[in-house]
Amino acid sequence: MEILKESKTIRTGPVLFSHYTRGEGVKKAIQLSREDILLEVKESKLKGRGGAGFPAATKWMIAAAAQSDEKYIICNADEGEPGTFKDRVLLMEYPELIFEGMVIAGYTIGASKGIVYLRGEYEYMLASLEDYLYVMRQDNLLGKNILGKDDFNFDISIRLGSGAYVCGEETALIESLEGNRGEARNRPPYPANTGFNGNPTVVNNVETLASIPHILIKGGEWYSKRGTDKSTGSKLFSVSGDCEKPGVYELPWGTSISELLSMVGAENAKAVQVGGASGICIPKGQFNRKLGYEDLPTGGSIMVFGENRDMLAVLKNFMEFFTEESCGQCTPCRIGNVKLLEGVEMIEKGNYTFKYINTLKELGQTMQLASKCGLGQSSPNSFISILDNFKDEIFHSNRSNGRSNGRRKN
Amino acid sequence: METKEEVRTPVSQQPYTVDVTEEVDGIGSKVSIEINDKKISVPLGMTILEACRENQIHIPTLCHHPDLCIAGTCRICVVELEGMHTLQTACSFPITSPLKLHTSTPMVRKARRHIVDLLLSEHYGECYSCVRNNNCELQSLAKEYGVDQYTFGHVTEPTFERDNSSPSVVRDMSKCVMCKRCVRTCIDLQEVGVLEAIDRGDQTHISTFQEKPLADVICINCGQCINRCPTGALHANDPSDDIWNAIDDTQKHVIIQTAPSPRAAIGEMFGQEPGTSYTGELNTALRRVGFDKVFDTNFTADLTIMEEGTELLLRLYKALVEKDGSMALPQFTSCSPGWVKYLEHFYPEYIDNLSSAKSPQQMFGTLIKTFYAKESGIDPKDIVTVALMPCAAKKFECNRPEMNDSGYKDVDYGLTTRELGQMIREAGIHLPEMSQSHFDQPFGDASGAGLIFGATGGVMEAAIRTVAELVTGVKAEDLFDNARVTPVRGFEGIRYLEIPIADVGPVPEILKDLIPDFEWLKGAVLKVAVAHGTANAKKIMEDIKAGGKFSECHFIEFMACPGGCLGGGGQPIPTNEEIRNKRANAIYTEEESLPVRKSHENENVTTLYDKFLTEGPCGHLSHKLLHTHYTKRGKYIA
Repeated sequence: MEILKESKTIRTGPVLFSHYTRGEGVKKAIQLSREDILLEVKESKLKGRGGAGFPAATKWMIAAAAQSDEKYIICNADEGEPGTFKDRVLLMEYPELIFEGMVIAGYTIGASKGIVYLRGEYEYMLASLEDYLYVMRQDNLLGKNILGKDDFNFDISIRLGSGAYVCGEETALIESLEGNRGEARNRPPYPANTGFNGNPTVVNNVETLASIPHILIKGGEWYSKRGTDKSTGSKLFSVSGDCEKPGVYELPWGTSISELLSMVGAENAKAVQVGGASGICIPKGQFNRKLGYEDLPTGGSIMVFGENRDMLAVLKNFMEFFTEESCGQCTPCRIGNVKLLEGVEMIEKGNYTFKYINTLKELGQTMQLASKCGLGQSSPNSFISILDNFKDEIFHSNRSNGRSNGRRKN
Repeated sequence: METKEEVRTPVSQQPYTVDVTEEVDGIGSKVSIEINDKKISVPLGMTILEACRENQIHIPTLCHHPDLCIAGTCRICVVELEGMHTLQTACSFPITSPLKLHTSTPMVRKARRHIVDLLLSEHYGECYSCVRNNNCELQSLAKEYGVDQYTFGHVTEPTFERDNSSPSVVRDMSKCVMCKRCVRTCIDLQEVGVLEAIDRGDQTHISTFQEKPLADVICINCGQCINRCPTGALHANDPSDDIWNAIDDTQKHVIIQTAPSPRAAIGEMFGQEPGTSYTGELNTALRRVGFDKVFDTNFTADLTIMEEGTELLLRLYKALVEKDGSMALPQFTSCSPGWVKYLEHFYPEYIDNLSSAKSPQQMFGTLIKTFYAKESGIDPKDIVTVALMPCAAKKFECNRPEMNDSGYKDVDYGLTTRELGQMIREAGIHLPEMSQSHFDQPFGDASGAGLIFGATGGVMEAAIRTVAELVTGVKAEDLFDNARVTPVRGFEGIRYLEIPIADVGPVPEILKDLIPDFEWLKGAVLKVAVAHGTANAKKIMEDIKAGGKFSECHFIEFMACPGGCLGGGGQPIPTNEEIRNKRANAIYTEEESLPVRKSHENENVTTLYDKFLTEGPCGHLSHKLLHTHYTKRGKYIA
């Protein structure tokens, strides 16, 4: 596999891609009390950028309130959602934002150790990131009594993943860090209470952490004025597929799909997959919908499909992905995805009944409700949305529906 | 419940809401919850499953097992919690704040049915040709949810090769439902760690190190995984066809010895409540099945006490009086073959601490094909010895290459309680209806000390009764209340006892040639310990390695299985602490009704030493026939 190493930032943005002086965020943080930082983050209404959208301040508050000698800040850099490559840009071009975000988080919740869980395929960045950490230590942005603040010790280590998609799920990531098989844990308890090695642990996405220094410097209020009421700030989108200008875009939340499509040169798209393989597929008729937690939440993956794409083939690709990437522990996800894939293959061969396809859609709902972690809960999204939104194309007349004739089997 | 929205945002993409308004005090406090609109109060931290069960609300489970840690993977126990977007697993959800839950909503029923359908789609085989027919948790779930068709299909060919390399445990992964109860048993309960999930996604399956056959990895054959497997994916290596053939062969003289634990549990296979012994009924049933002789393993348990107890006194004498530094102490019991193999793999450097005395099963096999063959005038080549054991590892033990001191394979077949129950059923016999009959002579009488071998601590209690009485000359009944050595009883994982020896008596006749006097034991304190389950054994071994308190013990009883033999890997399924407790009660109750309760008072035993093993315990002949040696295996696999 060829690894795309150069970043493709198409558009600078108002927050993450705006000017930042190294060290500024940490400097500001240590002048503040932990409560003030929590309030600032709360005011920003920053939500987790990995996709689930959990309020960052709430997670920090739970971890800050937890009683423990050891606490951890984990940066989830296991960017594995198909179609997502925005964390890569941040890691390569703005490591100071991420690492300082971790230092600030550590200061706020009372952690002294940070771990970056770096996607295995990003190993090529390891040396430069380690170099950067070295420089930060030289500058006392990491280490003991950071920037002269008594008893504020914090350091960061980097650990590599081994290629399992599920390890992007925070509890599976922690299992992996502990040296176990990457499998999601039961929740509750949540990592903010019982995380890495049983200690309170904040697991934040790269982009969430990178937003923190800006929020501290420019203020939570400044941040919350961007975007929409429930989706504040800006968001990085990784745009790929049938468009003229694929790449990473920083846009305010609330941008509509059609605005985004004209920006990236894909006015003729017939479908957009929002949120990667685990997201939902939007047809042309719904391009006025807006990106944001109110309507179309996403961790940032935007895949554009042009007129000539076979949506059933798109779906099959996603289902093959999940069949392979399920961690295999819970029943709905391990076997459910296989059944959905088999359903796609039945449609492909024209050997299906609508009754069975509807049964599979119901199974998809069970998977959304009963799977153990976000992987299984979201893997049926594309199955349901593609079959619903592209009915006419998929159940095309030249694919027979294999109606049973009630004759004896030979 | 709220009515479902018409267009639902995918669950995973809905923002979380956190309700932190409720303040709950802490451990010990109560939380008010509502289950199916009924208000109840439960202790803080109790799981939803526990709360439901306490209130007679049935929640189906599959990956959950009371002996094991929580997995939450099968998802069959999902319930609906108001205010949460997804269903939650009752087994894993701790109640820490007031909540309202519903256990039988359309959403819950549909999800559970889907889960059963999914499991059935991958589960190979038909129930009527399965070892677990009528005792299978998947089958029960299918019935509970009214499965009348394979909604998502059904595999028609095996998906895995069956691994029958091990004489003890057969793995048939085509029937695996991935509950990982075996994995948790092996890793957490037993701390052996032979089984683990490998590969990912739809390829995920349970396997061994480098997917080697079970016979080639460090499996100790305890069979605890079998007891906790909900389906027929794991079962014991069943010799009953061969045994039937031997029974049907008129040339063969087929003898069965029965261990105490199966007798206290086999009733469970015939619909009886746990905790009733069917010793006499079983004797009758076994003769009806066609066995020529029925002997009592408790007899060789008594013999084991004589040999092992004497060995202990000799070790102590040589170490303490003759200052022989080569004497390994503490002495470890060796009657649990799972424990023996565990030590051979994990602590091979302690192999000399194992008592060289064979297990009761193997002593019996040797005696039958030597002493009994001679006495009864039957050519040992025509004798087939079967051992009814609660154990999977006994199958491995009887196949150990060194176990042929009689000149033949000492014990031909190890048969589990489950397998014998099946044979009895096949013979058209309903065990509880049988009249009672006695064991056959010359090995028909046994003491209560032999009987309690079935429970953890039993070997130690039997040994203490005999050793203490022989050394002090005071009756065990006067040393301990009704001869009950209660500190070594019970299910505490590790028990420790110090027995001060205030005074000593004369050396009894049977030991005169070995030890001149007991004066050296006067004022000494005998330190003993008991552990059951290899996880507890590991704790003791690590303590010994570190030079801790257990390194100063003189004698330690180890049993591989939780609860001892009564919780063995060959016992009826299901198992849990309550069932094991009832089996233990059955054994201890029966024991107190026996006329002889100390091994050295068993007249069959003294006769054997008079007539056959004339040099006494640990003499030349008994060393040849009743003692064995072990193999340093290590835990590294080639």
